[in-house]
Amino acid sequence: MSATFIVIPARAAPVRMLGARAWIRTHLFPDWKNGVATVLIAALVAWYLPQLLDWALFNAVFSNDNAACRAVAHDAARPGACWGVITEKYRVILFGRFPHADHWRPLLASLLLVLMLVASCRPRCWRRWLAPAWIAAFAAFFLLMRGGVAGLTYVETARWGGLPLTLLLATLGIAAAFPIAVLAALGRLSPLPAVRAACIGYIELVRGVPLISVLFMASFMFPLFLPPGMTPDVLLRVLAGITLFAAAYLAEVVRGGLQAIPVGQIEAAKSLGLGYWQTQRRIALPQALRHVVPAIMNSFISTFKDTSLVTVVSLYELTGALGLALRGDTDWRPFYFEAYLFIAVIYWTGCYAMSSYSHWVERRLAVSNQTAGNAQ
Amino acid sequence: MTTGPAIPPRKPPPSAGRRWRWRSQATRGLLWQAALVLVLALIAWYLTRNTLENMRARGIQSGFDFLLQPAGFSIGESIIEFDSADPYWKAFLVGLGNTLRASVAGIVLCTVIGTLIGIGQLSRNLLLRKLCKAYVELFRNVPVLLQLLVWYLLLTDWLPDTTAALQPVLFPDSGIYLSKNGLSYPLPVWEAGHLLTLIGCFAGLVLAWRYRRRAARDFEQSGRARALSWPMLGLVAASSLAGWMLGGMPSGLDIPQTGEMNLSGGGSLTPEFLAITLGLSIYTASFVAEAVRAGIQAVPHGQLEASRALGLSRGQTLRLVLLPQALRVTIPPLTNQYLNLTKNSSLAVAIGYPDLVSVANTTLNQSGRAVECIVVIMVIYLMLSLATAWLMNWYDSRAAIRER
Repeated sequence: MSATFIVIPARAAPVRMLGARAWIRTHLFPDWKNGVATVLIAALVAWYLPQLLDWALFNAVFSNDNAACRAVAHDAARPGACWGVITEKYRVILFGRFPHADHWRPLLASLLLVLMLVASCRPRCWRRWLAPAWIAAFAAFFLLMRGGVAGLTYVETARWGGLPLTLLLATLGIAAAFPIAVLAALGRLSPLPAVRAACIGYIELVRGVPLISVLFMASFMFPLFLPPGMTPDVLLRVLAGITLFAAAYLAEVVRGGLQAIPVGQIEAAKSLGLGYWQTQRRIALPQALRHVVPAIMNSFISTFKDTSLVTVVSLYELTGALGLALRGDTDWRPFYFEAYLFIAVIYWTGCYAMSSYSHWVERRLAVSNQTAGNAQ
Repeated sequence: MTTGPAIPPRKPPPSAGRRWRWRSQATRGLLWQAALVLVLALIAWYLTRNTLENMRARGIQSGFDFLLQPAGFSIGESIIEFDSADPYWKAFLVGLGNTLRASVAGIVLCTVIGTLIGIGQLSRNLLLRKLCKAYVELFRNVPVLLQLLVWYLLLTDWLPDTTAALQPVLFPDSGIYLSKNGLSYPLPVWEAGHLLTLIGCFAGLVLAWRYRRRAARDFEQSGRARALSWPMLGLVAASSLAGWMLGGMPSGLDIPQTGEMNLSGGGSLTPEFLAITLGLSIYTASFVAEAVRAGIQAVPHGQLEASRALGLSRGQTLRLVLLPQALRVTIPPLTNQYLNLTKNSSLAVAIGYPDLVSVANTTLNQSGRAVECIVVIMVIYLMLSLATAWLMNWYDSRAAIRER
């Protein structure tokens, strides 16, 4: 048996994995199906993007010139957006029925809350003074908005509106919900059956019904609950409703954090002789809350979006103030869409910033958990 | 030699019989609970007393007897017949039906859109990935109420009148019209022959089910997998078709006609229904997409590598390996989103879709029975939430890994 020497053909050179062509191939044309999808999407974008830009920028009217707005809106061949409606109405949309001359007050109050929010997002500010600082900020907010002191004219809460109201409902709602949520979460994990039942009842009842029914309750039923002759402000009632609602969702978030703590931590605390409240306050809650910061942030985003519902019980926050600005004005009423886009951008910016922040915290936590795990 | 302070002799440990001392944990626990129950009872008593007193002072009647009185308002759309002489309880029933209709349509739509977008977010195609990501970020971060208002505005303001209704580009004369008055579409006219079609369809379903059982048994015995979806679909379709032909091929269609003022005939969906269904499903789909993406990413990478090593195509890998395992991770967040969608359908009140909350709101303003109306809303939503949660838990237990 003689072995013949057969030359096998040389292998093809490996596909080049670097450079622009390779990048385009792996990311845009990995196979024929993806290639078709890429071409389709690119064609759609190329077709619609210029039209969209033309409508939103190049052919749009930015000045509050009603006639020009109407002309450009009815131009069938080349329609344009009427951003003039915002130039005309932005103060009513942002500040509601607040007295026009005093608009610096809601502006300052909103800035204050936004600044506090930004500060609270920085881990170096997670100190003991944060809670008193928030209380001070809310006090300053109420002073600025309400007036009646230091030469500021008194403005009743019924005239508050727009952005400051949205911010107030979201921040104060969550801030007030927080202690209730922590108590409810602890109660739900408590070994005492009556406490547990009460907390489960509250949490599940509230989570099972829509916010709008809670707001209806705040609006129609709370006045009945109080002693005769006492009718609290509608803002307070709605705030109470939002707080009770947010607390139930937040309680589940906190419970998740508490349940993620290793049992050893609690046992160690007990063996050191710490009592129940000491254990919760010094051992369990600090770790639990640190772990659920992203989830708390998501709750806050939900509450921020949910504030738009209070317009149903006639409080004029951003969405309500928009209706207030346009509903009665026949000149500008056709441009509702542009105005909706304007407040959508405000909501979107706030929510997107907060969710990006929550992703950042999540990554940071993951890293610190990893290093802690390696150190052990 | 100095002696230190005398150490008192240790107390004997408490025996089991003496646990009920003042400082023992059991006693304190009992006291805490008694205090809590007492406080809750006091609060409840106080609130009830105030409510009763306020109601008496304002002359508000209470009780659920008003449910039997005639409603006196009409409802724009309903599944069952309703006119203003019907009692309130029937109005609530109509509202509940509308809520369910919008919720079920929304849940189906948001699952389909959300799954596609969620898979798209993990595509190899950069453009598709970014587009899906943009969809999620765009719709997740804007309040759903605002989105509903925008959809309603687009559907009622930007669409043409019925005389110039839009028709599908590819099928211009199919009888489908989209206009300010909503969507109109042809409906088959009921004839006796359709009964045989239904019977055929049912027979097809039975056949398909039996085919599936047999395929499963074959797979257990021989390990040879049979194609499932196409044969099953084919069986149902063929059987229905046979029934239809046996029934004499009834083909009468009630096609909407364009009249002077509006469209008549055929089936139709109101702009309110379209707005609430579209708005809710597009909003919720962004959350569903995130849940699906997280579920797929939670499947260990080895599973993907193993299925590639077995020679499964990308589509097969997705369908047979990734999605079934992702489903287990996805079901709990998906349940939450379905519940959220159902609860958010209460926002219909803002755009005038006569759902449960909207009907209750009208009833409340008309009869002044605030407490009763809110109790009705809350009880019904609680029951809906519990039912959805129960259904999804049942599905979850079915999708869970069966351990042998």
